Amino acid sequence: MNAAAGVRTREMSYAEAIRDAMDIALTEDERVVLMGEDIGVYGGAFQVTGDLVERHGPDRVIDTPISELGGAGVAVGAAMTGLRPILEFQFSDFATLAMEQIVNQAAKVRYMLGGAVSVPVVMRFPAGSGTGAAAQHSQSLEAWLGHVPGLKVVQPTTPEDAKGMLLAALDDPDPVMIFEHKLLYKLKGQVPEGRYTTPLDKAVVRRAGDAVTVVASGIMVHKALEAAGQLAEDGIEAEVIDLRSVRPIDRETILESVRKTGRLLCVYEAVKTLGIGAEISAMVAESDAFDFLDAPIVRLGGAECPIPYNPDLEKAAVPQIADILDAARALATGRR
Amino acid sequence: MPDTAQANVPFAIATYDPDRLRAALRKMYLIRKFEEGAEDSYTRGLIHGTMHLSIGQEASAVASCMALTDDDKITSTHRGHGHCVAKGADVARMFAEFFGKEEGYCRGRGGSMHIADVEKGNLGANGIVGGGLPIAVGAALSAKRLGTGAVTVCFFGDGANNEGAFHEALNMAAIWKLPVVFVCENNKYGMSTSTERSTAVANIADRAAAYAMPGVTVDGNDFSEVAEAVETAVARARRGEGPSLIENVTYRWRGHSKSDRNRYRTKDEIAGWVKKDPIARMGAMLVTHGIMAEEDIAAMETDVDDEIAEAIEFARSGTDPDPAEVTRDVHTDRAA
Repeated sequence: MNAAAGVRTREMSYAEAIRDAMDIALTEDERVVLMGEDIGVYGGAFQVTGDLVERHGPDRVIDTPISELGGAGVAVGAAMTGLRPILEFQFSDFATLAMEQIVNQAAKVRYMLGGAVSVPVVMRFPAGSGTGAAAQHSQSLEAWLGHVPGLKVVQPTTPEDAKGMLLAALDDPDPVMIFEHKLLYKLKGQVPEGRYTTPLDKAVVRRAGDAVTVVASGIMVHKALEAAGQLAEDGIEAEVIDLRSVRPIDRETILESVRKTGRLLCVYEAVKTLGIGAEISAMVAESDAFDFLDAPIVRLGGAECPIPYNPDLEKAAVPQIADILDAARALATGRR
Repeated sequence: MPDTAQANVPFAIATYDPDRLRAALRKMYLIRKFEEGAEDSYTRGLIHGTMHLSIGQEASAVASCMALTDDDKITSTHRGHGHCVAKGADVARMFAEFFGKEEGYCRGRGGSMHIADVEKGNLGANGIVGGGLPIAVGAALSAKRLGTGAVTVCFFGDGANNEGAFHEALNMAAIWKLPVVFVCENNKYGMSTSTERSTAVANIADRAAAYAMPGVTVDGNDFSEVAEAVETAVARARRGEGPSLIENVTYRWRGHSKSDRNRYRTKDEIAGWVKKDPIARMGAMLVTHGIMAEEDIAAMETDVDDEIAEAIEFARSGTDPDPAEVTRDVHTDRAA
């Protein structure tokens, strides 16, 4: 994750890196506007927009009413007519209120109109559990949106990627949905200064290994890396792939790893059924990499329930490091 | 604006030169005959799918666009053929879209419910009731931020006024004083449900009060009344004073769509509205004020018939899309 040689880096939190990207975009491009609930003087529910309103003014850092559907539609209409809006949802759960505009309009307008327009809108979704906010403020809905042709859906997991992928999303002519895990906002990391972009369609190998492939998304990448570190103490080298992009999925990076390790574990926080893991498993099963499998594919996903309030229950509802450790070890050592 | 009350001359006669008035009447005929041609083509099995005809509502579409230039935008509805023609579309390309051909406005990907003509400022019909309302507000936000001076006219039906998107959109347009004119075409029924049964207020324009904007109900079959109301609202929007809501009371002679058996209204009711034919009234006004003679109108009708016949022929002989290109335009081709 080292930035290119010669580029100055600075330690930033994930939230600061996103803010830095938005600051650069607002400074460089008059067409960029931020929209969202309480993103102005409040600084955003998770303090991601911070002081941007002071630097760029309330005409460009626009507090919206609590109108998720309308706000999404305004962003879509603005994107169709020359602006480059970044719409912040206060919680990704509230995408449910805006699905009409996201799914029926943003994703489809270009196709329905035979390519006559593009919809260069960026939507940011603070996502995931672990904050004690319970069932309506903790969901992981990236696979919902990942099911919709016309959308690009990403889950950056590091400050460097959070900035680079947001700037890439702004360069992209089509709608890009960015899911940001809330527990990552305070994560620190070295971030290159100035403008750079990170691809929106590439997974990345975060840790190389040959015993088992762990494809993780969002915050699960960090849990998988923890687990891989512990496995290494036992001489088991897990390869950890950070999925980064839910749509499109970087098929080649995953297949190449599976051909090498012969074992695949998918780890994601969203509800296990009909999720990212199902897609990746099917992708492997349909490919030549299937012939390289030495064990059945294993999926670790969220429990089949809403996210509960009680802290112990909340942890029980999503994969933990110990779960990943157990599953990866069992796969790697052939205990089925 | 001329003072028309004194001379008892209709607003439209006092405001527009004869060429524009004749062109407006021709557009009304073009809409009527386009839809009759579409209906006939459907009945003969030449085109598939469904369509929503606006026969009987032509004054609303054409008069509402009189105040607009090609730089101004409109958003339209599932009953949008009239708006499309009124904003300057070519009926040959519209028919080509109905016939699913590459020459169509959407290259055959959109059909009746998604016809757009972006170059003329028509951001598109919409298959979702209320879908265009926030998009129109977004287009107005672009105009204000980018200083283009453009106004957006947002067409929607009476059914949409009970969607949340209507309320969110009007509220945002009002708090941000955006250059948008909301034009409700109240044709009395959302499919089969009358406005009396669906809507708590007597007039949809009454809802403007809730969003602190001017609201006016006009005879939607009276070209001059509609034109006056929209000109007033567009002028207000261009002055930066914000949005308005106009309710054009009108009636669709045909059913909601091709599946409608007309069980919710009487033949007498329909016949009563046919007598209020907006095209006949516009023609009579032009004759009364010496703009056109009866023979001129008859010649205009023949001319429009010819244009429609040619347009249908153009569409029938169009190019079928290549099934290998089914995923084309899901995303913007960045190489292009």
